[in-house]
Amino acid sequence: MSNFLCNSSIGKKLVMSISGCFLVLFLLFHMSMNIAALFSAEAYNAICGFLGANWYAVAGTLVLVAGVFVHFAYALWLTIQNRKARGQQRYAVTVTEKGVSWASKNMLVLGVIIIGGLAIHLIHFWSNMMLVELMGEHSVVIAGVEYAPTDGAGLIAFTFSKWYNVLIYVVWLAALWFHLSHGAWSMIQTVGWANDKWYPRLKCLSTLVATLICGGFALVVIFFYIKSLGCC
Amino acid sequence: MAFKLDSKIPAGALAEKWSNHKAAIKVVSPANKRKLDIIVVGTGLGGASAAASLGEMGYNVKVFCIQDSPRRAHSIAAQGGINAAKNYQNDNDSVYRLFYDTIKGGDYRAREANVYRLAEVSNAIIDQCVAQGVPFAREYGGLLANRSFGGAQVSRTFYARGQTGQQLLLGAYAALNKEIANGSVKCYTRHEMLDVVVENGEACGIIARNLVTGKLERFGAHAVVIASGGYGNVFFLSTNAMASNGSAAFQCYRKGAGFANPCFTQIHPTCIPIHGTQQSKLTLMSESLRNDGRIWVPKKMEDVEALRAGKIQPSQIAEEDRDYYLERRYPAFGNLVPRDVASRAAKERCDAGYGVNETGLAVFLDFKTAIERLGKDVIKARYGNLFDMYKEITDVSPYEQPMQIFPAVHYTMGGIWVDYNLMTTIPGLYAIGEANFSDHGANRLGASALMQGLADGYFVLPYTIGDYLSAKIQAPKVDTTTKAFDEAEKGVQEKIEKLFAIKGKQSVDDIHKRLGHIMWDNVGMARTKESLEKAIVEIQALRKEFWSDLKLVGTADSFNVELEKALRLADFLELGELMARDALQREESCGGHFRSEHQTEEGEALRHDDKFAYAAVWEYKGMDEAPEMTKEALDYEFTHRAQRNYKN
Amino acid sequence: MNFKLKIWRQKDAKSKGEFKTYEVTNIASDTSFLEMMDILNNDLVHKGEEPVAFDHDCREGICGMCSMHINGHAHGPETAVTTCQLYMRKFKDGETITIEPWRSAAFPVIKDLVVDRSAYDKILQAGGFISVRTGSVVDANCIPISNADAEESMDAAACVGCGACAATCKNGSAMLFVAARVSSLAKLPQGRVEGARRAKAMVAKMDELGFGNCTNTGACQAECPKSISITHIARLNREFLAAKLKD
Repeated sequence: MSNFLCNSSIGKKLVMSISGCFLVLFLLFHMSMNIAALFSAEAYNAICGFLGANWYAVAGTLVLVAGVFVHFAYALWLTIQNRKARGQQRYAVTVTEKGVSWASKNMLVLGVIIIGGLAIHLIHFWSNMMLVELMGEHSVVIAGVEYAPTDGAGLIAFTFSKWYNVLIYVVWLAALWFHLSHGAWSMIQTVGWANDKWYPRLKCLSTLVATLICGGFALVVIFFYIKSLGCC
Repeated sequence: MAFKLDSKIPAGALAEKWSNHKAAIKVVSPANKRKLDIIVVGTGLGGASAAASLGEMGYNVKVFCIQDSPRRAHSIAAQGGINAAKNYQNDNDSVYRLFYDTIKGGDYRAREANVYRLAEVSNAIIDQCVAQGVPFAREYGGLLANRSFGGAQVSRTFYARGQTGQQLLLGAYAALNKEIANGSVKCYTRHEMLDVVVENGEACGIIARNLVTGKLERFGAHAVVIASGGYGNVFFLSTNAMASNGSAAFQCYRKGAGFANPCFTQIHPTCIPIHGTQQSKLTLMSESLRNDGRIWVPKKMEDVEALRAGKIQPSQIAEEDRDYYLERRYPAFGNLVPRDVASRAAKERCDAGYGVNETGLAVFLDFKTAIERLGKDVIKARYGNLFDMYKEITDVSPYEQPMQIFPAVHYTMGGIWVDYNLMTTIPGLYAIGEANFSDHGANRLGASALMQGLADGYFVLPYTIGDYLSAKIQAPKVDTTTKAFDEAEKGVQEKIEKLFAIKGKQSVDDIHKRLGHIMWDNVGMARTKESLEKAIVEIQALRKEFWSDLKLVGTADSFNVELEKALRLADFLELGELMARDALQREESCGGHFRSEHQTEEGEALRHDDKFAYAAVWEYKGMDEAPEMTKEALDYEFTHRAQRNYKN
Repeated sequence: MNFKLKIWRQKDAKSKGEFKTYEVTNIASDTSFLEMMDILNNDLVHKGEEPVAFDHDCREGICGMCSMHINGHAHGPETAVTTCQLYMRKFKDGETITIEPWRSAAFPVIKDLVVDRSAYDKILQAGGFISVRTGSVVDANCIPISNADAEESMDAAACVGCGACAATCKNGSAMLFVAARVSSLAKLPQGRVEGARRAKAMVAKMDELGFGNCTNTGACQAECPKSISITHIARLNREFLAAKLKD
């Protein structure tokens, strides 16, 4: 039974679906957590402290890394197979078919953008927080200012006071939205939960989830940028 | 040397003939079936069902089709349905009634015993198809639904939307796939049979051309089954598929198989009219439309003229100014008269000048009354895909304006002569489905072609072929290096070389179109002695032109569609003449064969049972020689032959 | 109407192909696309050139034989029709029309616009049937099937096996084709009996033949001449996964 996850197309897609589902759940959690920063820096930092260099947080991070890795590795594998299946000779004229979303045809490109954004994000935050703690340090100096590794709120405020960071994050989140708008529906389709009635409903639902996640993240970014301008 | 025709019809009461026969014929044991090879040419309903059933029984089957997959066979295009005597509607249907309707529909020119057997096995076909997963239309209670078809006063037609042929073929094709997977059937796609090999008077194989490589290949077997369909494309424009052809059947005829009743051609009343000179084929609109559609032309000539000039729309013509001529002439059956009757009635109105389009060759099929009675949604559910198809082709919506229809060549009742076992005059050579002549007489009823193809393939041939093969159980595998195979292959090779050597000016299509015109004008819906004699002379001249002025491009040893078409046209040019000859000798009108000299005062077909109650079986004598005819007398023991009456 | 046709010409499977441009003139607007091709071919024959090879047969949109990629669309720009049901009135006078064969590794070109689709037959041979012997069946009305199930089964059974789905899919996936058959039989009680075996065998064969993996873009259903819905793919996924999880 188990090898169908490696040697059948639908099995491989199931791996994509389940790893994708896991990442969506993580994003939902992460986004909910970020929303806390809008209301109270202390609350947010308490969560940061809770998710510091504790064994469960480290274990969770490792699982998360594995999830991203599996999702990306399978994506590459499938793409290589799919390109082969498409054949050497390509169409001279191509069009976008009616009702086909741009995102659905560019998931790998979007995925690469997301991974790129993730790298930047990890440098901005994770390396200054959990990594610092894991190294046994208790403070980090960024742009001449000293932060505690659990002062997530401070890091947020600092990072999103820079317009270029805001721009990078907005582009990143846009890519994420496109990726999720297709991916969230796709993972449901892959596990086989759709019929003519539910097809439009599920499509709508996944757009909502994508918008909720990306909107939530973007809200925090923009909130802190505007705050840094001193408007509120 | 005339044929000695033995139809092998079993003795006894009509209803017991088939059972008695089955009990009397020999069977082949499973161990011996494994040693026997059977070739099936064609993968339509007949061929696919036969190959699958024979494979299941344990024979080694080789099945051939000219398309890229068995599923493309033209049975797939049958729209309306398949008849069976289930009596699920409780409307007093029975095997006898289906038999009687079919015999009567065929204008008493079919064999009673064959037709009764067809009606007898019809119910098993429906059971078989349902078990295979054919999604027939259902009532809300989950049971099978029926609709009515022409020539019957009961509802006995089973259907799957407007795609019944497709669904039945997919069922047979699935059964075939199951056997291909089992290894009992080997399938050769893109292969065209170009000759049948006969050794010691028995069929022992075929020569086929691999249409991709152009290579001629030899295949041996202990029996050969022809299931290659009809030859309606002799008319160039017909409802047949572009590649449908009469060549496989014609090669059998050339090799000595009798060809029966070639002139019996069905002209289907409800096709989309011809629109121009560049048209390649005609599109059928299912007979099922006549369940709810009413056929009419205007009563007044000024309305006809206004229609042709585009001054008025048909829907503007008042009810009292419409001539529902089928309802007027045939009150009992109305719009559901058999196809030959409906076609001739349309021709009669158009000949009288009431044709409703610019060419004067069209009548209306109107759904106004049905939409008013049942609502647009019901009509849409019943015929939506046909209406869409009509709109796509003509740019007119049948929901708003009536359809324009006109008769077109659709089916050939004639074909290779077979006995009750479906064996031709060549031992070991069988013909099933539209390729044979046996069940439809001079006119086929709607929804009966599917029934016959599947009856032959599932339930008749698999039994009867054992009777012949039981004598072959000790025969070795057929050697394909014998003189007979050498000669057959050489013959095909030379024919192909001869075609390439002509280097003339006219393309295959140029000549085929001309043949089509000769056929339609002279051997079409109404035939006269003069027109038929004219046709024979013209076809002979055209054939000479073909063999001296054909322009063929490409090479023999490659994928060459022009060569395929040329080989088929060469045979059509002989078949056309044979059809005209047959029509000429049959000095009566019956079913689809209407000789203008022989009609009643009311213009109905007038049979002469005293002189023409026979099947005309033709024997080939050479390309430019007159063929010889033998008669198989058709005895009517169980039915009274009456003038067909659809009036009351 | 006049048209410029840019058509893929390829001598045989091994040769390298290229586009050639042809002109057709005086085409009536109610000419079908394939009749227009006939006219071109007849002209080519008269000129002594080899006509363009293309697959076609019934010209009623049901046999599934015709298979052209026209201006970037499988079966041309119209929705829910096959190439043979496409009429020239849908094109602009003077337009350049690009005609290509199906492009998919599993459908190699045989000549010009003709491709080898035998892979589809092989998938169906792997399990696209109900194993019932001729004659050994019960009365048809012994198996009641709800109208809705029969209709849904019929929706999927409308597939003509033309190959447009795999030819359109950017991944060269045959999932819509496989799903149509699996789903059609899965909706019927007769088909349920060997449903698990069927789904596994057909998917395995599809993978083996080199078709790609479905990424749920929905391009197949947009180009399918019979508008078969990708909800049937969901059913295939369900059938397959349930079967595998039971193993």
